[in-house]
Amino acid sequence: MIRFACRLTRPGFALDAAFTAGPGVTALFGPSGSGKSTVIRLLAGLERPEEGRITLGDTVLLDTARRMALPPHRRRIGLVFQDALLLPHLSVKANLTYGRWFTPRGERRIAFDPVVEVLGIGHLLDRRPGTLSGGERQRVAIGRALLASPRLLLMDEPLASLDQARRQEILPFIERLRDAFAIPVVYVSHAVEEVTRLASHVVRLEAGRVVATGTPSEVFAAGHDRSGGDRFALRSVLTARVKQRLPDYGITLLDHPAGEIVVPGLLPLGEEVGVAIRATDVALARGPAGDLSTRTVLDGAVTRVEADASGPFATVTVTLTGGDVIVAAVTRLAAAALDLAPGVPVKALVKAGAIDESGLPGAVPPSQPG
Amino acid sequence: MDALSLTPEEWTAIGLSLRVATVATLASLPLGILTALLLARGRFPGKSLVNALVHLPLVLPPVVTGYVLLVLFGRRGPIGAWLESTFGIVLAFRWTGAALACAVMGFPLMVRAVRLSIEAIDARLGEAAGTLGASPAWVFLTVTLPLALPGIIAGAVLCFAKALGEFGATITFVSNIPGETQTLPSAIYNAIQVPGGDAIAFRLSVVAVIIALAALVASEWLARRSGNRHGAPA
Repeated sequence: MIRFACRLTRPGFALDAAFTAGPGVTALFGPSGSGKSTVIRLLAGLERPEEGRITLGDTVLLDTARRMALPPHRRRIGLVFQDALLLPHLSVKANLTYGRWFTPRGERRIAFDPVVEVLGIGHLLDRRPGTLSGGERQRVAIGRALLASPRLLLMDEPLASLDQARRQEILPFIERLRDAFAIPVVYVSHAVEEVTRLASHVVRLEAGRVVATGTPSEVFAAGHDRSGGDRFALRSVLTARVKQRLPDYGITLLDHPAGEIVVPGLLPLGEEVGVAIRATDVALARGPAGDLSTRTVLDGAVTRVEADASGPFATVTVTLTGGDVIVAAVTRLAAAALDLAPGVPVKALVKAGAIDESGLPGAVPPSQPG
Repeated sequence: MDALSLTPEEWTAIGLSLRVATVATLASLPLGILTALLLARGRFPGKSLVNALVHLPLVLPPVVTGYVLLVLFGRRGPIGAWLESTFGIVLAFRWTGAALACAVMGFPLMVRAVRLSIEAIDARLGEAAGTLGASPAWVFLTVTLPLALPGIIAGAVLCFAKALGEFGATITFVSNIPGETQTLPSAIYNAIQVPGGDAIAFRLSVVAVIIALAALVASEWLARRSGNRHGAPA
C-alpha cells in the first residue's frame, strides 16, 4: 500500500496531491503538465517536496515533518523512464544485472531467466543499447528495473516515445509482467486505452491536483469529464465480458447488458474488459437501427444534453441498460431534430473500426506484421 | 647524420622533461577529475570563484604563476616551509618543483576537457542508476567515469603536452639547473643563448615536435578505442 501526500512549488507549477494505491496497476492519468511525472519523481526520491509524507507498506520514504527522506538508491523503487535511459557503455546483459549488484542477497526475489523470457529479450543480451530499436530498448529498461527486485515499479509513460506498432508490441509484455511478478505498479499515461487495459485503479490529475480516483470506468465516466470542451478528448469506458470469438472475421463479440459490442482482434474468452470509446465515434438513433454496417447497437436513455449556445456540437450523455454511461458528440442540429432530452430512449451506435484494440487485453491485431 | 645524434646532456633534458610531464599529469589527474565533477554537477556558493581560480594560470603571465609558486612553495614560503618540516619534501629548485609548476599550468586544460565530457553525459543516466540502487559514489565509478573516459584521456594528453612545453613558470620557480630542472624548453632556451648553439636548439626542437605528435596520435587512438566500446551512439 502506497500512501502519498506532497506539496511542491516550482516556477509556473504547483503540485498538491494525495492518494493511496494498492496492489496491481495504479494509473496516474492526466494531460501533460498535470504533474504526473513529478509524482513519479517524488515517489522515486529524485525530487524533494516542500512538505509531504510518502509511505510504502511500513516503510516511511519521506516525512518532511520529521525531516527524513530516503535517498533514491535506498528506496528500492524501480523506475522505467519514457526514453529507457540504458547505460550506453554496458551490454544489454550488464544493464539488466546492474541493479542486482546493489540488491541485498536475501531480497533478490526476481530471477534473471523468467524476466528475460517474459520480455522476449534473450537474443539481445550481447548487444549494446545503441544498436537496439526503441521497442527493444524499452523492454530492456523494464527488465532492468524488475531485476533489481523493487518493492514498487514506476513507469513514466514507457510507451510515449514509441509508434503505434511498437506500443502494440510492448503492452502485452507489461500485462504479463503485471500478472507474473506481483509487484505493485504505478503507471503514468495520458492514453485512455492503455489505462483501461492495464490499470485496476486510476488517479486522475489536473494542474497538480487529484480530481478523481477509482476504477477506470468510474474515472472515465462522463460525470468526471474535464476535457475542457475538446470533443476528441471525451471518452467513455464500458465494461463487458468476452462472449464469442470469430476467428474467420478477426473480431470478438462482447456481452454487455445494453447489447452486443463488436471489437477488433481475438480476446481471451470469459475475460472482463474495459472498452474505451471516443465520443466522436458514437452515433445516436431513436428508431430501430435498420440495415447498418455498424453492428454495435446499445440500448439506453439520454440523461443529459450539454451544448454551447454558439458551438456546432452537443455532448449527449446516455445511461445504458445496466448502468454504464456513454457520451456522444452530435451536432446541435441532430440533437434538435431527434428531440434529444433527458429521459428519451435512444440507441447508441459504435463503429468497431473506431475501437483501438491496443486498449484491449491480449488482443492480437490480425494485421500485425512480424 | 651527426646533426641528429644527441649528446648525453640532451638525452638527460629529454628524459627529465618526460618524467616531469608524466608525474605532473598523473598527480593532477585525480584532483582534476574531482574539480571537473564539482564544476559540472555541483551546486554550491562560490562556484564561479573556484572556476576562475582553476582557469587563472591559463590567462596569467606564466612568470607570475612561477613567482606565486616560489613565494608559496619556496623553502621559506608558508607551504614550502611546512612541507619541508613535516614531510621533508623540498620543491624549490628540484625536478618535483618543475612537475608542480607544469601541473598547475596544465590543470585548467585538463579540467576543461574533463568537465565538458561530464556535462555531455545525460544526468538522468545517474538518476536511473540511482533508482537501481547505486549510491552516488557507485554512480560516479560505474556511470560517470567510464562515460567521461574519452574526455579524461583528452584532458590528460593536453595536460601532458602543456607540461612538456611549459617554460615560464618552471624557469621562474625552479630555475634552469642541468640534470635537475632543465627541461626540454629550458635546454632549447639555453642553447639559443650560447653562440653556436643553433644545431642543439634545432635537434631538441625536432624531438619536441616528435613527442608532441606522438602524444596527440596516442590520445586520438585511445579516445577512439574507448568510444568504440559504446557501440553506435544511442
